[in-house]
Amino acid sequence: MKAPLALIVLLLLLLWQGVHMLAGPDALAPPLQTIAYLGAQLPTPEFQAHILATGSAFALAVAIAIAGGLAIGLATGLSQTATEVVEPLLLAGNSIPKIALYPIVLLLFGIGMPAKVAFGAIHGVIPVAIFTMSACRNIAPVLLKSAAVMRLSRLDRIGSILLPAALPEIVTGLRMGFSLTLIGTVLGEMFGAQSGLGYLLMTAIGLQNTQVIMAVTLLLVVFAAGVSTALLAYERRLRSRT
Amino acid sequence: MSRARRIALYQALAVAIPVLLLEVACRVGLIQPLTMPTPSSMVVGLVEILASGRINAAILKTLANVAAAFVLASVAGVALGALLHRAAPVRRLLEPLFSTYYAIPIYAFYPLFIVVFGLGDAPQVLIGFMLALVAVIVSTLNGLDSVPRVLIKTARVCRMNAVQTATQVTLPYAAPHLFTGVKLAAAYSFIGVIGAEFIMSQSGLGYEIRFAFDNLDNQVMYPLILLILVVSVTVNFTLDHWDKALRARRGAAR
Repeated sequence: MKAPLALIVLLLLLLWQGVHMLAGPDALAPPLQTIAYLGAQLPTPEFQAHILATGSAFALAVAIAIAGGLAIGLATGLSQTATEVVEPLLLAGNSIPKIALYPIVLLLFGIGMPAKVAFGAIHGVIPVAIFTMSACRNIAPVLLKSAAVMRLSRLDRIGSILLPAALPEIVTGLRMGFSLTLIGTVLGEMFGAQSGLGYLLMTAIGLQNTQVIMAVTLLLVVFAAGVSTALLAYERRLRSRT
Repeated sequence: MSRARRIALYQALAVAIPVLLLEVACRVGLIQPLTMPTPSSMVVGLVEILASGRINAAILKTLANVAAAFVLASVAGVALGALLHRAAPVRRLLEPLFSTYYAIPIYAFYPLFIVVFGLGDAPQVLIGFMLALVAVIVSTLNGLDSVPRVLIKTARVCRMNAVQTATQVTLPYAAPHLFTGVKLAAAYSFIGVIGAEFIMSQSGLGYEIRFAFDNLDNQVMYPLILLILVVSVTVNFTLDHWDKALRARRGAAR
């Protein structure tokens, strides 16, 4: 598992270098230079302010997306009829290009933090809800029957039967929700924001500053891939438990 | 009333009631017209815009780009999936990449594509293609994994070569899985192309919405947003319907 991961990173870096050599330095900053630039930028207060702006919006958005998604998923997943009614609607909602809704979010919340958070949360809430719902549906009926036999209260049933049994699939949903919320938050910053990594990307596009574009992209990719890999490992451990 | 009918009714209510509430909230002034016009006036506006034909070129361009991304990703995804399924070491190498792929903010590469390819159609199609491709590859691999060994052995007994086995035995068997991938590819192509148009482009539906938004032209913006919602949801429901029909014919082969 470890060796292929390192190999993949190496291959991607080689690919990057290759594209750089093909497309020329104006199009794409080379990997080593980008890493060095990112390393030099990270300790500066300006860059940290951007990271903090994105980070705090993202943390809030992820919390809302997870809480909302779990609530929708648990509330509907426990009833066969509710699942059949809501699931197609959620799947359809998932296929909508959310960016088309961005102007509405901006008009409702105004430019600034609330709009970013709302736009990030919109991206993440549906996948969390879909996976939670399907996790509830896939629980072995014998577990629910046992809970009924033991006369567990609704809360006890959720806390000690449902959540543990559904956890692996819910974590899949959290992983999806996490990455989509990050994408949503950064997208939200690309228009009508005054700070944050998305704002940095957008100004860099305007100035055609490929070094900044590559450095911010690299930072986002490394962060997203890192958290996603960790969640994936956790998910595998949970699945192997049963 | 049959169960299916009742569920359809609940679904209609789940959509209709919020829309009605929105209509009321707009009419009594709870939501200012500057923020959002009434849903009914969005529909009227959309009909007028479509009838006037002034955004037909933008619609066609967006649909053409979505179609290009979708077809390219579906064909390349199935082909790459079939190849990877035969090359186990390469597959093992790429598997971690696939499982974290959708954590990567693909849009972050869009500026780069603009710098490399210019501000034409290519960067938009490429974003849609990149979003859609991996979903098709992963579904193809899952589908091919589900093919029973006896079918592959039978194909060998019949002296079929690799291409014949793939096109006549394994890929048809895996069709329901492939269709799941194709369905995702359609949604991702829409999301990728329209998102890219919105971020930066010179034409297309996403561009028109951005343009209307920058000019605070709600009379154009909201109908266009409605159009995108209607088109993407219709495509999703149609594909979903085919998917169910396909699975039902297979006796729910999974």
